[in-house]
Amino acid sequence: MSGIDLSQFHQVFFEESFEGLDVMENGLLGLDIGNVDNETINDIFRAAHSIKGGGGTFGFSSVSDFTHVVETLLDEIRAGQRAITREYVDLFLSSVDCLRTMLTELQDGQEPDLTGPNKLKEKFEAVLETPSQTSVEPDAEPTTEGGSEKVNDSKGWAITFIPGADICRTGNEPYRIINELEGLGELTTQCHVDSIPDYDAMEPEQMFLYWHFKLISDCSLEDVKSPFDWVEDESELTFTPLSEESVQLDEQEPTSDAQFAAQEMTTQAQPEPIQVQADDAQTQKESLSPQAPVAAQKKTVKPESQSIRVGIDKVDSLINMVGELVITQSMLGQLGRDFHMDRLHRLQEGLTQLEHHTRELQESVMRIRMLPISFSFSRFPRLVRDLSSKLGKKVDLVLLGENTELDKTVMEKIGDPLVHMVRNSLDHGLETPEKRKASGKSEVGTLTLNAYHHGGNIIIEIIDDGAGINEEKILSKAIENGLVAPTDSLTPEQVQDLIFHPGFSTADEISDVSGRGVGMDVVRRNIQALNGSVEVHSVPGEGSTFKIRLPLTLAILDGQLVRVGPETYILPLVSIVESIQIDPTLVNSVGGGFEVYRLRNEYVPIIRLFDVMNVEPDSQTLSDGLLVVVEGENKKVGFVIDDLLAQQQVVIKSLESNYKKVEGISGATILGDGTVALILDITGLIQVAGIKASTLNQLKELEKSAQGDEAA
Amino acid sequence: MEAELENAIEETGESEQYLTFIMADEEYGVDILSVQEIRGWEPCTQIPNSPSFMKGVINLRGTIVPIIDLRERFGLKTVEYSPTTVVIVLKLETEKGNRVSGIVVDAVSDVYTLAKKDMKDAPNIGEKMNVSFIKGLINVNDKMVILLELETLVGTDEIENFAEIASMVSKNSVAE
Repeated sequence: MSGIDLSQFHQVFFEESFEGLDVMENGLLGLDIGNVDNETINDIFRAAHSIKGGGGTFGFSSVSDFTHVVETLLDEIRAGQRAITREYVDLFLSSVDCLRTMLTELQDGQEPDLTGPNKLKEKFEAVLETPSQTSVEPDAEPTTEGGSEKVNDSKGWAITFIPGADICRTGNEPYRIINELEGLGELTTQCHVDSIPDYDAMEPEQMFLYWHFKLISDCSLEDVKSPFDWVEDESELTFTPLSEESVQLDEQEPTSDAQFAAQEMTTQAQPEPIQVQADDAQTQKESLSPQAPVAAQKKTVKPESQSIRVGIDKVDSLINMVGELVITQSMLGQLGRDFHMDRLHRLQEGLTQLEHHTRELQESVMRIRMLPISFSFSRFPRLVRDLSSKLGKKVDLVLLGENTELDKTVMEKIGDPLVHMVRNSLDHGLETPEKRKASGKSEVGTLTLNAYHHGGNIIIEIIDDGAGINEEKILSKAIENGLVAPTDSLTPEQVQDLIFHPGFSTADEISDVSGRGVGMDVVRRNIQALNGSVEVHSVPGEGSTFKIRLPLTLAILDGQLVRVGPETYILPLVSIVESIQIDPTLVNSVGGGFEVYRLRNEYVPIIRLFDVMNVEPDSQTLSDGLLVVVEGENKKVGFVIDDLLAQQQVVIKSLESNYKKVEGISGATILGDGTVALILDITGLIQVAGIKASTLNQLKELEKSAQGDEAA
Repeated sequence: MEAELENAIEETGESEQYLTFIMADEEYGVDILSVQEIRGWEPCTQIPNSPSFMKGVINLRGTIVPIIDLRERFGLKTVEYSPTTVVIVLKLETEKGNRVSGIVVDAVSDVYTLAKKDMKDAPNIGEKMNVSFIKGLINVNDKMVILLELETLVGTDEIENFAEIASMVSKNSVAE
């Protein structure tokens, strides 16, 4: 090869291949058997073809060999020699899984384990050997029919290669092709220069050469063709087995005729879809089996550097913004060189402009990290399809709000919890068709994934129309586990909330409970780690809704600066309910040294921030300070502070990278004057302040009695 | 002396450069390769419920860097910070990647090239004294220099131990 280090392109190849696999998967899932859209098949074929070609070029022969059989079958389907059946779709889907595993392994720098691929390959080969019954075989020339034909009597091939004039412009080097051919066997090359025009008429970027090759090798037609994969569309190619006399030099690539004929024939012969439930489950299991090793191998460490694909429009707007910023900067610089007080307003104007541009720039940069949530949703059609047929349930998956944008990091971290919740909904939420019929619902259950923006948050809902959570069973389980005292009276919300309790996670006997609960505590923990929250709402018999609330981005926060003594802290603006001047008459003390503030119909526990933070406050009495009522994890508390300062967007910096996690502090940021301010973590602070659920329960009771008083 | 040292280094081939600083009239040394920069003392942002030697965090060109007062860390008498009080910013390689932290010392002194074989182990004075942060003792120009083991001095575990105790104490006091 031409001495270029190809390994620098490997990452791009992997990314493109993964994208290609996604295309294949989506295409396959979208296939309506019996009414196949040729364009879809073509898309799938093209994706497979690119992976194969790339694999060959970069020397990943395991990938290209495996994709080759997939491509061959696809090609026959594309050409109409076979009708696509459910069996094929499953086969293709498992091959997609298989390729994904292989590519992941290669990406991690390992040699792929070929046992799975080889088994699948054998399956493909078996399929390819049995001629399809549903299509009529056109009388194609024997040498040109599909690539299944491995055997070749001839000692080699005579190849004519007349490249299109523009071949070099598309980046295809004949040199590479010749090199690859040479790798197949003994190659004799004859280059023809007779079509080179006069020097004046010659275009330096065009190709005027053509070649005759004689290849002594026992390889198959497919092998010989593969070097030409990238150029076959724009070149004239002929392949003639050497045992015959190579005379038909001017003939076109013979396959095209045959394909054309085949296509015509199959339009009349409608393919028979095979659709028996039992069979389906069978094939499903088979196709699932190669996934098992995938799960086991996923644990290997992924390479550190990740890349992100950004739309060119986003980059353009960024460049524009930077241009504006440079202009503003030079304007301010000019102003500063000889400054008079009478130009003050111009300076102020300039600074406003600078602020404006900086904010816009910040937003644009953030937008680069934003991806539509469809990246995360796209795996669910497959998951639901596989799982529902495994469970024997009929499920209709509805995806809404797929274009809702979300930070890439958040998206990556929410992926697994989402999968878990969808599996849960399918497994425990939706009933079997029989049960659904019995309770008067349609046999097909609906699972809806909905995403939308709400304030500074993104909301993801997982809605099923299943049986809902069985509160009684949850409650009895909770009492059994000692989580709840039998005398406690819990609201339905509190009972439903129990499924997120760690005690409900591991017990396998919970599987006889029709409610959810397996691993939901992990889900909640993961979501809370992202500063999000998850809640459940369930109506027995009608279904459950899980609502995940996540911040749009992890890097920037709308903050309220508060002052406590000499220190400045930042409270996330979203968590602030209200800020009030403290009226001492509304402060009551509860036993155990707690104070609560009566806020309309609620009692809000008071936390003196300076106590928790160990700093000296300005305000000696409560009435000197301000009470900021914040909400964290559905608990309201009031922080006593000295003063409210500005509201501003802050960039979150990690304390952990150089220090460690501090309880009650979610991170730090750098203020305008260069000093560091700590960002408060409300849930953590509540814990630090020692407010336990029990005290809150006491408060609830107080509240109830207060409401009763008022009513009386 | 210098020549002797040079010879010794040539013989063994093992030498290290140390940056030394003065604290309460004693000279301490740290591996110069882990020194990122030296800067003047500036006020920090306190971290709640942290041990007293943890002065807080500063903004070092966009990175949040914790600052440790080495006098307090060693249980020496604290002094008022003066214009000559310096912060040595250290960069340590750990399993979790690079960690940057700063130590407050009285004044920076010198840079020495020292042969490894001349280094004496830290004396063991019973279990009560924690000498794990001392890498060794060495004589330079008839003066003793204490070489510090940075990993244990500003590493995660130690800070965590102290912080845990501190947070436990504060929790108890809140609960009371």
